Amino acid sequence: MQSCTYLIVGASHAGLAAADAIRMIDQASPMILASRESHLPYSPTILPYVVSGRSKAERTALRSEAFFKEKNITFLRSAQLQSIDAEKSLAHFDQGTSIRFEKLLLATGAVSSLPAIPGLGDVAFHVLRTMDDALGLKTAMMGARRALVLGAGLIGTHAAENMAEAGMKVSIVEPEKQLLPGYFDAKASGLIEKAFDGHGIDLKFGRSVASLKPGVAVLDDGQEVPFDLLLIATGVRPALTYLDGSGIRIDRGILVDERQHTNLPAVWAAGDCAQVRLFQSEGTGVAGILPMAALQGRIAGQGMAGDEGQKPFPGAVSLNTYSFFGQQAISVGAGISGADSPGAETVLRFDETAKTYLRLVLKDGRLMGAASVNHPLDPGILWQLILRQTDLSDVKERFLADPKTTGRLLMSRLWR
Amino acid sequence: MGAFNSLTYNSNICIGCGECMMACAKAKSGDADRFDQSRIKIVPAGDNKFEAALCRQCGDANCVVNCPAGALTKNAASGVVDWNADLCVTCLLCTVGCAYGGITFESSVGHVAKCDTCGGDPACVKVCKSGALGYVTTASIYNDYGKQEDLFAPGLAACQGCNSELMIRHVLRRVGRNVVVAAPPGCIPGMGTVGYNGKAGAKVPIFHPLLTNTASMLAGLKRTYERQGRDVTALALAGDGGASDVGFQSLSGAAERGEHILFLCFDNEGYMNTGMQASSATSFGSWTSTTPVGDKLQGKRTDAKNLPMVMMMHNAAYVATASSVFMEDFYRKLDKALAASKQGFAYLHLYAPCPSGWRFPASLTIDVCRLMVESNFVTLWEYTPETGLVFTRPTDKPKPLESYLKAIGKYRHLAQEQVDRIKKLLEDRLVLLKRFVR
Repeated sequence: MQSCTYLIVGASHAGLAAADAIRMIDQASPMILASRESHLPYSPTILPYVVSGRSKAERTALRSEAFFKEKNITFLRSAQLQSIDAEKSLAHFDQGTSIRFEKLLLATGAVSSLPAIPGLGDVAFHVLRTMDDALGLKTAMMGARRALVLGAGLIGTHAAENMAEAGMKVSIVEPEKQLLPGYFDAKASGLIEKAFDGHGIDLKFGRSVASLKPGVAVLDDGQEVPFDLLLIATGVRPALTYLDGSGIRIDRGILVDERQHTNLPAVWAAGDCAQVRLFQSEGTGVAGILPMAALQGRIAGQGMAGDEGQKPFPGAVSLNTYSFFGQQAISVGAGISGADSPGAETVLRFDETAKTYLRLVLKDGRLMGAASVNHPLDPGILWQLILRQTDLSDVKERFLADPKTTGRLLMSRLWR
Repeated sequence: MGAFNSLTYNSNICIGCGECMMACAKAKSGDADRFDQSRIKIVPAGDNKFEAALCRQCGDANCVVNCPAGALTKNAASGVVDWNADLCVTCLLCTVGCAYGGITFESSVGHVAKCDTCGGDPACVKVCKSGALGYVTTASIYNDYGKQEDLFAPGLAACQGCNSELMIRHVLRRVGRNVVVAAPPGCIPGMGTVGYNGKAGAKVPIFHPLLTNTASMLAGLKRTYERQGRDVTALALAGDGGASDVGFQSLSGAAERGEHILFLCFDNEGYMNTGMQASSATSFGSWTSTTPVGDKLQGKRTDAKNLPMVMMMHNAAYVATASSVFMEDFYRKLDKALAASKQGFAYLHLYAPCPSGWRFPASLTIDVCRLMVESNFVTLWEYTPETGLVFTRPTDKPKPLESYLKAIGKYRHLAQEQVDRIKKLLEDRLVLLKRFVR
């Protein structure tokens, strides 16, 4: 049986950030990084670009075999975690492999969640969460003319764009009334929708699929939508059946404290599988975005290696950048929900002809959130202003007029 | 990972002329008017003040961590965070990671952009009139000399925070193996450079002269080598006591005769090795074990003998003062002193603040070195008979002397009149030194 000091399960951003953080402090102790994938580590975020051909699958690796050798890390491929025996500090993988660990990080990410649609089991469909999914979708696109995408989130809209650019006739079905709900309001979404309309993508909002037959989806309003290719992009969820009987507490994700520690002393969790505190609202949630995964991974790694420089996780902030048809949209913080809270002040600049949109939400002189379409911002600076609850009273007019330049000015000062 | 060169920005002296942005835009796009192409952004901060957003080439960069495409990497050789256009997918997640506005997206540019330091020759720094932008290359000195062999034993027993140990290691890395070293009684042999219990403390010939005869013994050895036709560097690593007190007669004689010696004095203002007694180099007002603070005495009653000035008056081939906080300056002087010692007497005076004897935290040695120079408590200069005296650090805008005195415990008791006397002394000394500038 293999044994190691550090066992990291999951080799995407959280797992890799943890491995780096551990090796900053402890270069020697044995470390195993186990991935359920047969590929070198990659980011799920790159997958739409693999589908479009912008990224070559063989050039998406975030680490090389040489890196693992240099850092004295054993990289274990095609290892699916089956169960954990916390008493004996054992992790059991498929094909009978077991690893004894001193400290364990669960960074197992998420899997595509499938809606309960009658007939789903009888039709061929795609999801887009793994490299094999991306390569499969890319291949399927070659023989297909009509695509149906369920869900207008980031994966669905990205993939729809790819398929439209590849010359396919694409429809998106989304139960909400807009694209990317949660990140953008209807106005901003409207600008994005225009680009989709312009590229012949049929947006079916406020509707859902009632049933599926091979080659045809029947919507809740009775409309039949024929397709050669079906992509389901209705969201992701952590897959945690391996925790059954382990004693590790879960809710929607693995419950962790602000140092990514689970309820067991030798077990940490980070990334899309972890349920963390939220910065701008009460309670906890699964953050599910890359910057949060990387940050949590680092914190977990620091904790595992005993790094005194460890700082607690401040809480997840909603963040996203979204590129579509050569245009850009950015969303930082509680822009939408925050705007409704008492005392919040919203500045909106919307130019339909120039296709620009900017919304800033302040409360008590502090930034709550920002969203923009085709209006460059520095989201990293805005995130910091939210986290630091920087008082903007003195520069409020300037900030509202020019958040980019004023943000740079503030951070240049704050970091000195 | 080695040390890296870095761009620096001083907002206190930036005049916001925008030349840097034009130079950057020109270097990156060919068009100086395309400010959107500039990777350095100077931002007006009101009241004629300015701030800057530019890439800091972070050691553990968040933009790199946030990149899903492997398009951003920390270059282990240059320290620059490299951006690979072929791999970038313009997802903008790097801009989420950066809290400095160092990697940014402009739709007119069409891709994210960041400073690449122009491959180690930044265009912005060259056009900066105010001096607000700088390119610090000290790191490459550490990398270059880090590759040279360390000719002292790994485990010398210097006190924590002692910069003399650091400096003697630098000196021998530069001077090399073809050397004979004299280390008279003091901290340097005390830390084990000559040896303990029959084990050598250096990997080169090193001996332990008396305090009184360091320069004369070394002169004899050097002459013997010359008679044999061998070019061996004769190097003394002495303290201020060994140089300016009991060893002064032989030092002065060797300088007067123009012996081919490189004499380094590590000035920690006293006999720190034997219990922190005062020497003639101890500064006025200092607490030492022989100039205590009590009813009768408030620290040392006399001023320090200024040994580098005395050596200058010998008209030695090369005389200079140096500090471990300005390493480029130090290495330049060491090179000159080494060359001069082939034809005449070279004297290098190194300021060596002592955490144990001066009473300041061991972690602050380099800060104290810096304050010492920046407050004009000491000045950095060099002298040759041909050029006269040349200051190698500006002396015109000193930091308040109090900032230096307050950092050090041995001055804690100083009364205002004592501080005033030190100020007067420093002013007079500067006036005197300036008279040797041609």
